[in-house]
Amino acid sequence: MAVIRDVMPAFDLLQPESAGDAQKLLQQHGSDAWVMAGGMDSLDWLKDRIKKPGVLVDLSGVEELKGVRATGDGVEIGAMTTLTEIANHPGIRKNYGLLAQAVELVASPQIRNQATLGGNVSQDVRCWYYRGGWPCYRAGGNICFADTPVGRNREHAIFGANRCVAVHPSDSVPALIALDAKFVVQTSGGERVVDAEDYFVGPEDDITRINMLRPGDLLTAIRIPAAWAGARFYFEKVRDRNVWDFPLMNVASAARLNGGTIAEIRIAVNAVSPRPMRLQAVEAAVRGRAADADTGEMAGKLAVEGAVPLQYNAYKIPLMRNLVKRAVAGAGQPQGSSTLASNALAQEATCRS
Amino acid sequence: MPETDNLRTEEGPSTEITRRRFILGVIAGGAVVGAASYRILAPGGRGRSFGGERLITLNVNGKPRRVEVMKQETLAWTLRYKLGLTGTKLGCDRAECGACTVLVDDVPHYSCSLLTNTVRGRKVTTIEGLAADDGTLHPVQQAVVEAQGFQCAFCMSGFVMATVGYLKAHPSPTRTELAHGISGNLCRCQDYMKILDAMMLGAEKMRRA
Ligand SMILES: Cc1cc2nc3c(=O)[nH]c(=O)nc-3n(C[C@@H](O)[C@@H](O)[C@H](O)COP(=O)(O)OP(=O)(O)OC[C@H]3O[C@@H](n4cnc5c(N)ncnc54)[C@H](O)[C@@H]3O)c2cc1C
Ligand code: FES
Ligand code: FES
Repeated sequence: MAVIRDVMPAFDLLQPESAGDAQKLLQQHGSDAWVMAGGMDSLDWLKDRIKKPGVLVDLSGVEELKGVRATGDGVEIGAMTTLTEIANHPGIRKNYGLLAQAVELVASPQIRNQATLGGNVSQDVRCWYYRGGWPCYRAGGNICFADTPVGRNREHAIFGANRCVAVHPSDSVPALIALDAKFVVQTSGGERVVDAEDYFVGPEDDITRINMLRPGDLLTAIRIPAAWAGARFYFEKVRDRNVWDFPLMNVASAARLNGGTIAEIRIAVNAVSPRPMRLQAVEAAVRGRAADADTGEMAGKLAVEGAVPLQYNAYKIPLMRNLVKRAVAGAGQPQGSSTLASNALAQEATCRS
Repeated sequence: MPETDNLRTEEGPSTEITRRRFILGVIAGGAVVGAASYRILAPGGRGRSFGGERLITLNVNGKPRRVEVMKQETLAWTLRYKLGLTGTKLGCDRAECGACTVLVDDVPHYSCSLLTNTVRGRKVTTIEGLAADDGTLHPVQQAVVEAQGFQCAFCMSGFVMATVGYLKAHPSPTRTELAHGISGNLCRCQDYMKILDAMMLGAEKMRRA
């Protein structure tokens, strides 16, 4: 449990009113500056005195970064749009319900009222050793405390571990990957627009960064193309408690069906690896097949090939097999949020059958 | 939680003061406050002024309040320790319990996880701002009294604020909808059914009011 401490150590608080000013301030202060959106991830770091920026650049007054706009091709969501606004937005609910469903399952109502989409995709990992200030690889040290014989790693990675075994914790990201979203980033070299999955950085590339942002960079918007509007969507999040908890795992898929056949599909899973995972091999394998339990079964098996469990997280393998199976088979499957206990029952049933 | 007894002086019980009187006393004197369950001191010393405080005006419970605020100060801290509005509780200081819930522009937020400087120009409502000027309780407060919704009631103001905020946007929820709407609040005495009874009664009273 978190410890209540004294007020946070002092920092300078800068409150720009335009994205341009925000970027200028960020570039001026470089690695001494910290971007604060809703603060739901940021403030924990500061309260725990693990990160000590000299300058906080608060984006809450930057109106141009807020809101959902229709574009010629889909929608653009400002980085500072709250999760509640996205979950309630009629256009998003109608056409991109996958995202509405995902953000509606984040944390708690008050957190969703404050947390932004930009912050949700840019948040750091939740490994408690790292968050507790332990000098692990991700913190610039040379050990992973979670991957030792006594390490607590029930929530950690079964894929893509490279020294660091923490997982990416976001609920919105798999939905955005499945929707083929593009992230708009302002860098010192100008604007860059990247595919959702390319925003994230794995430990093999840079162990101390979770995404492409460098000091001075600003994520301004996320664009969702019309290509997947109104597709068949599937989202499921599994966690210990139905409120507050981060995903033990989540899955998102967007599919176009032709009769009962899968014409096109995108599938992403999070909380299984340090980088959010898009399952391209599974997508290719199920294309052209019937959207039914058999195809789902095959997809689930393929999805977990190569998984490497740690001491306490082997349960994630059958869990992932099950979630991917449902995300492919689609219709008639339970959606939304479930707890591990209810999923364990479902797994037992599938294992026996 | 650390430092449980920091208000108790070395000499023993004869010099003990109640937590509430102590808090009201220091607030009146303008100094910083430590509460019995956790220890909070001014950064870098005991004096009454902190480095980097700035006078700002907040809109709290419909009134403009002039208050000196540090840049790193949370709204919960300002409300409790600068403005004396101790109805807002701090349970975790980490967005994990809901005890600190207040309304900002009528929407429930965790005041422990908001910097005070980010709510300038916005409307803050705390539990102290719900009753009418003549003392008539807000319908949700009245329902809590009638249905005896709470046990120790540490979580109560947070639950009431979350409920009032939810009902402003959803005046006629089902019990399940309301439970979902106020699921960002924990009660450690764990009588959620009674709390929901009270809040559903509050919803009914609000519709009638
Ligand atoms: C108790 C609790 C439970 C939670 N449960 C969940 C959960 O179930 N699922 C989940 O997905 N998340 C969960 N979270 C994480 C929560 O912090 C995020 O969901 C939230 O969306 C972060 O958004 P924010 O606006 O508050 O970001 P902030 O905390 O302000 O920012 C997060 C990070 O992103 C960076 N950043 C933010 N915006 C930008 C930008 N525009 N440009 C560049 N960098 C930026 C910040 O510098 C910071 O490093 C939980 C958090 C808490 C405290
Ligand atoms: S004190 Fe703010 S949520 Fe617990
Ligand atoms: S009544 Fe005691 S914490 Fe809720």
